[in-house]
Amino acid sequence: MAQMTMIQAITDAMRIELKNDEEVLIFGEDVGKNGGVFRATEGLQKEYGEDRVFDTPLAESGIGGLAIGLALQGYRPVPEIQFFGFVFETMDAISGQMARLRYRSGGRYNAPITIRSPFGGGVKTPELHADSLEGLMAQQPGLKVVIPATPYDAKGLLLSAIRDNDPVIFLEHMKLYRSFRDEVPEEEYTVEIGKADVKREGKDISIITYGAMVHSSLKAAEELEKDGIDAEVVDLRTVSPLDIDTIIESVNKTNRAIVVQEAQKQAGVAANVVAEINDRAILSLEAPVLRVTAPDTVFPFSAAEDVWLPDYNDIVAKAKQVMNF
Amino acid sequence: MGTKTLKQIEEEFETFQILNEEGKIINEDAMPDLSDEQLQELMERMVYTRIWDQRAISLNRQGRLGFYAPVAGQEASMLGSQYALDKEDFILPGYRDVPQIVYHGLPLYQAFLFSRGHFQGNQVPEGVNVIAPQIIIGAQITQTAGVALGLKKRGKKNVAITYTGDGGASQGDFYEGMNFAGAYNAPAIFVVQNNRFAISVPVEKQSAAKTIAQKAVAAGIQGIQVDGMDVLAVYAATQQARERAVNDEGPTLIETLTYRYGPHTMAGDDPTRYRTEDMDNEWEKKDPIVRFRKYLESKDLWSEEKENEVVEKAKEEIKAAIKKTDEAPKQKVTDLIEIMYEKLPKNLEEQMEEYKEKESK
Repeated sequence: MAQMTMIQAITDAMRIELKNDEEVLIFGEDVGKNGGVFRATEGLQKEYGEDRVFDTPLAESGIGGLAIGLALQGYRPVPEIQFFGFVFETMDAISGQMARLRYRSGGRYNAPITIRSPFGGGVKTPELHADSLEGLMAQQPGLKVVIPATPYDAKGLLLSAIRDNDPVIFLEHMKLYRSFRDEVPEEEYTVEIGKADVKREGKDISIITYGAMVHSSLKAAEELEKDGIDAEVVDLRTVSPLDIDTIIESVNKTNRAIVVQEAQKQAGVAANVVAEINDRAILSLEAPVLRVTAPDTVFPFSAAEDVWLPDYNDIVAKAKQVMNF
Repeated sequence: MGTKTLKQIEEEFETFQILNEEGKIINEDAMPDLSDEQLQELMERMVYTRIWDQRAISLNRQGRLGFYAPVAGQEASMLGSQYALDKEDFILPGYRDVPQIVYHGLPLYQAFLFSRGHFQGNQVPEGVNVIAPQIIIGAQITQTAGVALGLKKRGKKNVAITYTGDGGASQGDFYEGMNFAGAYNAPAIFVVQNNRFAISVPVEKQSAAKTIAQKAVAAGIQGIQVDGMDVLAVYAATQQARERAVNDEGPTLIETLTYRYGPHTMAGDDPTRYRTEDMDNEWEKKDPIVRFRKYLESKDLWSEEKENEVVEKAKEEIKAAIKKTDEAPKQKVTDLIEIMYEKLPKNLEEQMEEYKEKESK
């Protein structure tokens, strides 16, 4: 075991897979010699050569197309989109192309591609760096969307993502990159895609969440405990497909739930979680399932992040509202 | 000064031609090294494809085919370029480029299934290095850069070739794909079939550039403009681009000047709204088949009898292929679910059960 930040765990996963599988290729803007703008690919080009880890021209659509073409030649591409706000440039390559490759070829071809990309607020980035756009990806059949919240999950999920023979969008929250260290096994291990994790057990209310909001929810749970409310925090880890079993099991136990996301109310995946609970566990519910989200405006100018982003106080307030329904 | 430079650039992209409209060789030095049998085979393929186009239009009108983008007029551009390829070369076609992938090994009945909208049409046989026709104009260009880089990394002496139209050369992916291939010195061939119209929009409305070939300059790669109604010139240009690519000399952009005699697609496009009869007549004089026929007849390599044989063969094979198309099983939702992922996620597992139940009734 070693103490690792999330970014170190991510680098470690890529190092392991570069070694395990010679078809793995890592490429993107500044991921080579520079080691990535966040040092996620630090040292990988030096260790594995320019043939395996390389820079690209500055064009996200081209990077997406490159990944598809390399997949058609049997490679296992792990491209990076520098910030997920830039995904619009390559929406066709992702949603219009790689997500559909297996289907459109009737299984003749497939796209074992893992797109890594940072996102998330709280670090005062300039425009279109921090936007939560996982909701767009979650609506596309053919993709899987993974969002880890801890170093342990990040390593295990990234290894699973790279080994998956279908495209996976792996979103890395910038605020979580170096905010804390965690015990991470040095050897390889995987965390199954599509499996949620109960980060805190409780019996009074389920807080279902993902990304940076996992930590805000854990903090909210501590606050709620002071008021005698025992909250269960479910970290989705994969936002598409959802781990229905874990969600419903938790709701059937607590009979109350809120869904917490950093994205705007009209975005993200919270509405989907609410609908699944309504479909499958309405008879268990003592109250409606409410959502904690950002307001439906464009992502804030950086100096307004503090008042805009949902925080643990919003979660505490919403949980109490549900408890007192 | 600026204007002079632009003119100089344009002058570097003069049209490359070998066979003139009268079927005479006007550029002996550039004549490709093709045997009599190969020349005849090229002609057979062009005649066959013309018949196929006529039949496809008619089958579409009868409702026995679906989506179809006519190819008459573009036989030299399509088949001359494909003829220069090796079986291991990879083709990324646009939606009009069905003949190339059929001559590369996709069975005709599967091409018809593609037209009808059946997944089995796109299940390219193993060993046939093509992908289904691309509907998103430009997407095939960036993907070609990736396939070409893959071939280069594998150390294969092969190329990736892709096709788009004159309208497609305005897309961002067109520039990105060429630029990536150039930056990686990847073995790619980008063919722009300039038939002068993107549906109703004439090429002059796409760009102020006098040629599309000169767009290669932006990527720092080779560019050539070819008479796309001249099968020998198209073959020679593609063959040279291929040679350069496999010898690690990088990608090439080939612009073929061509024309489609039919509508844009069979989905209600009416070319009389945007093209004049004079224009159609002018291009019919350039017909690639008429021109090549004259040439082969002058060498005693072609006859009416030979041509009729090809026509009959085409008609029979098309009939057989359509019959096989009719025999394909109807698609079920469970089939479509099955081909989404290697391992079905939970939501699709549930929906699979739901539709199995529905389909069993």
